Amino acid sequence: MRAPDTILPLLVEALRFAAGGVEILHGVSFSIEAGQPTVVIGPNGAGKSVLLRLLHGLLPPGGGAVRWAAAPDRAAARQAMVFQRPVLLRRSVAANVAYPLALAGIAPRERARRAEEALDLVGLAALAERPARRLSGGEQQRLALARAAALRPEVLFLDEPCASLDPSATRTVEEIVAALARRGTKIVMTTHDIGQARRLAGEVIFLHRGRVLEHAPAPRFFAAPEAPEAAAFLQGDLVW
Amino acid sequence: MVTLRRSLLAAILALAAFPTSAQERAITVASTTSTEQSGLFGHILPLFTEAAGIRVRVVALGTGQALDVGRRGDADVVFVHDRAAEERFVAEGFGGPRHPVMYNDFVLVGPAADPARIAGARDVAEALRRVASARAGFISRGDRSGTHAAELRLWREVGLDPVQGRGQWYREIGQSMGPALNAAAAQGAYVLADRGTWLSFRNRQDLRVLAEGDERLFNQYGVMVVSAARHPHVNAEGARRFVEWLVSPVGQAAIASYRINGEQLFFPNAPQPEPARPS
Amino acid sequence: MGDLHAAITAALGLILAVDPAVMAIVGLSLRVSLSAVLIAALVGLPLGALLAVTRFPGRQSAIVALNALMGLPPVVAGLLIYLLLSRSGPLGPLGLLFTPTAMVIAQAVLIAPILAALTREALSGLWEEYAEQLRSFGAGPLRAVPTLLWDGRFALLTVLLAGFGRASAEVGAVMIVGGNIEGFTRVMTTAIALETSKGDLPLALALGLVLMAIVVAVNALAQALRGAASRWAG
Repeated sequence: MRAPDTILPLLVEALRFAAGGVEILHGVSFSIEAGQPTVVIGPNGAGKSVLLRLLHGLLPPGGGAVRWAAAPDRAAARQAMVFQRPVLLRRSVAANVAYPLALAGIAPRERARRAEEALDLVGLAALAERPARRLSGGEQQRLALARAAALRPEVLFLDEPCASLDPSATRTVEEIVAALARRGTKIVMTTHDIGQARRLAGEVIFLHRGRVLEHAPAPRFFAAPEAPEAAAFLQGDLVW
Repeated sequence: MVTLRRSLLAAILALAAFPTSAQERAITVASTTSTEQSGLFGHILPLFTEAAGIRVRVVALGTGQALDVGRRGDADVVFVHDRAAEERFVAEGFGGPRHPVMYNDFVLVGPAADPARIAGARDVAEALRRVASARAGFISRGDRSGTHAAELRLWREVGLDPVQGRGQWYREIGQSMGPALNAAAAQGAYVLADRGTWLSFRNRQDLRVLAEGDERLFNQYGVMVVSAARHPHVNAEGARRFVEWLVSPVGQAAIASYRINGEQLFFPNAPQPEPARPS
Repeated sequence: MGDLHAAITAALGLILAVDPAVMAIVGLSLRVSLSAVLIAALVGLPLGALLAVTRFPGRQSAIVALNALMGLPPVVAGLLIYLLLSRSGPLGPLGLLFTPTAMVIAQAVLIAPILAALTREALSGLWEEYAEQLRSFGAGPLRAVPTLLWDGRFALLTVLLAGFGRASAEVGAVMIVGGNIEGFTRVMTTAIALETSKGDLPLALALGLVLMAIVVAVNALAQALRGAASRWAG
């Protein structure tokens, strides 16, 4: 179900990044195709968040390249990102969803329609007029997802979307992510929660100390990881 | 939310809308603090406005500053009290002719204790000499006002240069009459004041009039229209009508009728034109 | 003590009697200062927000200059504006000297740097929080300015109040450019200065108390609004 104007596949070539003299990514290469969610896992400090920010264009590469199958402008317009701690504007729930749509140049009427639809998807339609920052943590993250989804991105980056949520909120968020994936949105997310990776991933990228040690379909990866570090990580050993 | 913002904006814009000077028939008069603060203008201007339909806006400054405002074209009329400076203003072509309007007098005010022993002096020169030799505190306006000019003229006549006492007994404050009286009251010092401001001054504490009545304490006020040749925007017609009213029998009577506690503050002395003289 | 007592009695009398002359002065003070705040805000708020979000060479110098302008002596500002607006000055043909408009200009010039500097400070934290998310939405610093101004509205209300306080308490500049003309450009502060000149200290103090009461009332109103609104928005 690949649209002719797709921005995928995403090719990552020898991507490096350093901050404050410390090399965080040591030249990683992989490609991401349309389809099932790609989940980047690895221990804390592996460089997962930095990798996602580089892919989304929030950080400039220190070397190598992030290549989309479309011009940079188009590619930027067709992707969205949800952060670990949602950054909500000091406005109503509905206004939060409408804001990036206005930036994208979408007409007011269409904005309202899309915002309603996105809030329905995440189950926040009843709270549309409430101030966004009065929502609970789980509701805030759902709102952030709705805001990203309303943009109808082809690729949606999620950086540890459930890291600060309780199990029940986590389950709700996972259901929304799965629904978005079913609708054809390419999900690229990081997590340090192996259970979450198992539930959502179509394929896994195992990142360890700034290097991609394994990139495999999820069933194979979880059944028989090739890299010893990945095996140790899956067994719950402390790996770093 | 949007309606709220809109009505707020409308309210603020309404706030910002001021009447512009062009819409009103008004003249600006640069005058002295003595005429304003004594309450004279509060008494006579409504009478003029009622008669002529012209509002008068008074900017009260020292005589020197008031003349400068006229020179810059920021007033239509100058109404001050320093004959020498006024004649210079006219000679320089900034306005005129100069019309004498009224007079009052200066009084030498000082503390009741009177350390320089000048009480009752009719000879103001002798009184000032005693102040200087006693090195008693003396407040000078120091602001190029008409009163300041008069004070400096008196010192010259006495043959004394008070500037030698500067920073000690001779204190130049660079402010208008009221603050000078406040300073004298606070410091128990002597000060030369115009009678009008003195009579309407409220914070006298133990200040008294100690010397008065010397003819050298005469204080003449003059009025001039600012030159429309220099400053074409001035309201020449309004200015002319104001000056004519001031020196007319009606205006002169209005000035004479202003009293505080029954005491007349200003004495009109505009020369009345001879009747039916062709011009 | 006697003077203070007289002043408080007189202040109450002024307020309770609703003296029309005093009310006109109060009204003009409010109109001049609120207009000045409005105009200064139109310049100062976007400028402050821009300084909060942009990084350019010379930005530090701009911030230093702005902070220095906060200390601009009102008399100096008044004098500069006097010379500009005087009939003999470059803006003389406008005929604005000795009008309320001139007073609005003077106060706006005095408080615009204050508003800009305080806005920059108020919005820097917000920008730190928002920057990455807004960039993800494709909004650069310029587009972020209106967003930050709106989302920082509660903090900015305090900034505006600081500007209003300074504007309404100012006397030196409005005295020079307004001329303290009775019934036309006389505001609370110049009326206080005049009554002090006339030696009527109780009346001057009473007017001062009225001015403070107004400033307190405006602040209380704004804070109440802010409280209610920010409880809503979180």
